[in-house]
Amino acid sequence: MTFFEAFGISVSFGGLTALRRVVFEVNQGELFSIIGPNGAGKTTIFNCISRFYDVDEGTFIFKGRDITRISPHAVAGLGIARTFQNIELFKNATVIDNLLLGRHRHRRSNLLTEVFFTGSVRRQERRNREKAEEIIDFLDLQAYRDQVVAGLPYGVQKIVELGRALTLEPELLLLDEPSAGMNVEEIEDLAFWITDIKEELGLTIIMVEHNMRLVQEISDRVLALNFGEAIAQGTPGEVLAHPEVKNAYLGEEGAFAAD
Amino acid sequence: MELVNEILQTILSGIAIGCIYGLVALGFVLIYKATEVINFAQGEMMVLGAFIAYSLITVFKFPYWAVLGLTIVALGLFGLILERVLLRSLIGEPVFAIVMLTIGLGYFIRSGVSMVPFWGTETYGFKTPFTDEFVRFSNLVISWEQLAIIIMTLVLLTVLFLFFRYTRIGVAMRAASQNQLAAVYMGISVKRVFALTWTISAALGGIAGILLSPITFVHMNMGFIGLKAFPAAVLGGFGSIPGAVVGGLIIGVTESLSGVYLPEGWKDVAAYIILILVLILRPEGLFGVQAKKKV
Amino acid sequence: MRFVMKKDYYEDIRLFKYRSTFFWYAALIAGCCLVPLVLDDYLISQLTFICMYSIATVGLMLLTGYTGQISLGHAAFFAIGAYTSAILTLKGLPFVLALPAAGLLAGLVGLLIGLPALRLSGLYLAIATMGFSFIVDEILVRWESLTRGNMGLIVAFPSIGPFSFSTETRSYYLTLTVLVLTILAARNILRSPTGRAMIAIRDSEVAAQAMGISLARFKTTAFAVSAFFTGVAGSLYAHKLTFINPESFTIIVSIEFLAMIIIGGLGSLHGAVFGAAFIIFLPQIILMSKNYLPAYLSEQTGLEPALYGLMIILFILLEPLGLYGRWLKTKFYFQMFPLYKKDTFKREKKFFKAERH
Repeated sequence: MTFFEAFGISVSFGGLTALRRVVFEVNQGELFSIIGPNGAGKTTIFNCISRFYDVDEGTFIFKGRDITRISPHAVAGLGIARTFQNIELFKNATVIDNLLLGRHRHRRSNLLTEVFFTGSVRRQERRNREKAEEIIDFLDLQAYRDQVVAGLPYGVQKIVELGRALTLEPELLLLDEPSAGMNVEEIEDLAFWITDIKEELGLTIIMVEHNMRLVQEISDRVLALNFGEAIAQGTPGEVLAHPEVKNAYLGEEGAFAAD
Repeated sequence: MELVNEILQTILSGIAIGCIYGLVALGFVLIYKATEVINFAQGEMMVLGAFIAYSLITVFKFPYWAVLGLTIVALGLFGLILERVLLRSLIGEPVFAIVMLTIGLGYFIRSGVSMVPFWGTETYGFKTPFTDEFVRFSNLVISWEQLAIIIMTLVLLTVLFLFFRYTRIGVAMRAASQNQLAAVYMGISVKRVFALTWTISAALGGIAGILLSPITFVHMNMGFIGLKAFPAAVLGGFGSIPGAVVGGLIIGVTESLSGVYLPEGWKDVAAYIILILVLILRPEGLFGVQAKKKV
Repeated sequence: MRFVMKKDYYEDIRLFKYRSTFFWYAALIAGCCLVPLVLDDYLISQLTFICMYSIATVGLMLLTGYTGQISLGHAAFFAIGAYTSAILTLKGLPFVLALPAAGLLAGLVGLLIGLPALRLSGLYLAIATMGFSFIVDEILVRWESLTRGNMGLIVAFPSIGPFSFSTETRSYYLTLTVLVLTILAARNILRSPTGRAMIAIRDSEVAAQAMGISLARFKTTAFAVSAFFTGVAGSLYAHKLTFINPESFTIIVSIEFLAMIIIGGLGSLHGAVFGAAFIIFLPQIILMSKNYLPAYLSEQTGLEPALYGLMIILFILLEPLGLYGRWLKTKFYFQMFPLYKKDTFKREKKFFKAERH
């Protein structure tokens, strides 16, 4: 059974077709990148999977289950976590509070037990914090643990958002332009982390990216979109050499100077 | 025939009061479109307008039309000062805070009015050129006061329509209300747009107050009618200018009919029941558009 | 500046961050218990009202300060609590049952209001709750067979068995106890997943959903819990005043509650109590300052609401974090003394960020 599939996804907003019969598959444990010029529909796919938009046609199948029409908050419950292009952190909360939000999926308590803060709630909270601390260690966020997110540098905020997605203990991770706004060193760290996430934590990752070098270095397979249509699918080498893909990026000459 | 007359009469007075609701709602919507703030003190602008007009007419004996003009100017100025002193410093703060500020402002104006010499907590009336004048249409008797309200509202709407459509600054205001950043890039002074919006809204409130005076008379609590304008604005769709007026009319007529044909008490809640129904069934109102946040 | 060396995850979770905080609060509670020995009846009564309103404002704070849902309709929940308790005790139900029943009924209505509220954000919600407040007000007046309309209801003092809370002091202890329990419950909610979910909804609904938080579930929970506490406060109110009529539950009261949490400081339970205290004491403050005002001003009946409105305006302009914020800043000043920098809390210049794209 394929881990994640998209069949014939079509979405339009008014007269504008954002996605047209997009099809792709993702295998368990692989890093699947989606590339394309701005406006190609990459983030739209994520927003459809996260159920912020409704698809007009098509289905998403995750581990054999149709998730095309479930409610937005059920997505996380199934084990799919995502990060956002424009950071959607809780600005007035600390880093640790943000990370703890990711643990909501694992909540076993209800309002009544929480009001009385029973032993089971305490144990759950301890476990939550333990997990959150593991992620902090993993992503080297110790220095920022108790700081309010609003004051942190942009690159750090992106890592916090990544951390929050990880505390969910997802099986599928959707990363929306994780390297946007980062400097070279941060992107290098990011590459290591994403690969570690894939290998050590055993996650499957779908990544929307603009940074071709990053895509080339760490992806297993790539999907190229242009104007809402899939124009190429395969290994990074195959896709980036594809004439149509090169065409779509015309004008961005240095985009994939393959070193 | 009697019944038809009665119904028409009721509807007419409903339309008249509906125009007032529409005007106040218009004030709300203008401010909301430009600044995303809901001005809970809009009703109090009416109170100010009514009291100023009252003083000018009875104490200083100015003619009605001059008073109308002067009140517009006075309220416009007031709106300008309000924006400058209070609201400008709050740009960028959460909307909730600004709304709370307008609530506090409403309180302050309402009570402040009661403390001004010669105003106080009494109820006053003043004569307009329309008092006690009637028009007869076969069996229908229409008071000129009501007619005046309807006609003036139409005139105002036309003026505003032309203003926003054809004048430079009107177009600039529409642009700023749709996309502030782009407006700034196009050289539109957004601060000036805000100032102008509040000026116009305050002036609208003042006019509504003067028009309302013959019906409810002038007293410090007359602004509470302004709260009824909320359901009107919501019914019409909170971003829509024609919607505000249409909403006001619908609420006015419904209220009027409820007052006559339904048991006591329904008239007072009619507007709010409509409000709740609209919010449950069609929150974007009749003419509004639901906006989705882009992620 | 103290640092906390934590050895156990539980230290992060517990109610009091520093050992000393616990002792300060214990001292506070002890002080509150001893107060009736030194104060006269009138002041004790005022303190009782502060406790009572604080219960309601804690409820409102959970909904508005922590979940970000504006409610201009809390007077309605207050009324539902008051009338439920009054009617039930008049029909013979003992007070110990009527109090929670009042809270539960209010909570149920809160849940029902929360449902349509799901489709509304911010300002629409404020308007809807305002409409709700008006409608409940009108129902109280018109449903005379149940509420005796404008003539109001006469209510007995609260009593447990033969013991009646008929004096100011007893009333005070009763209300204080309920307040302490309320605050404990609220703090427990806030340090648990429900509390985090509520704050998440306030800060970013999109991210909250992406983390698996059902907006429907938690918004209605917030409404229900908030209404429950306010209903309980209403019940205490009815039994203290021993007479209620619809005039005590108008939209003005809703605005009063909202003013309390804003002046107190949004987003903190301390703020709820500070705000309630401030608003209850405001008439006294005005009374005292009347000596300093010219006779013309001090005679006015409109002075109090005018100052009220002015207070709200000034707080929002100058002290958006409310009284609690001012308290924190003052503490910080003394902690940092003499290294305190004047601009530490200077408000950053912000630019308009449209909620609509």
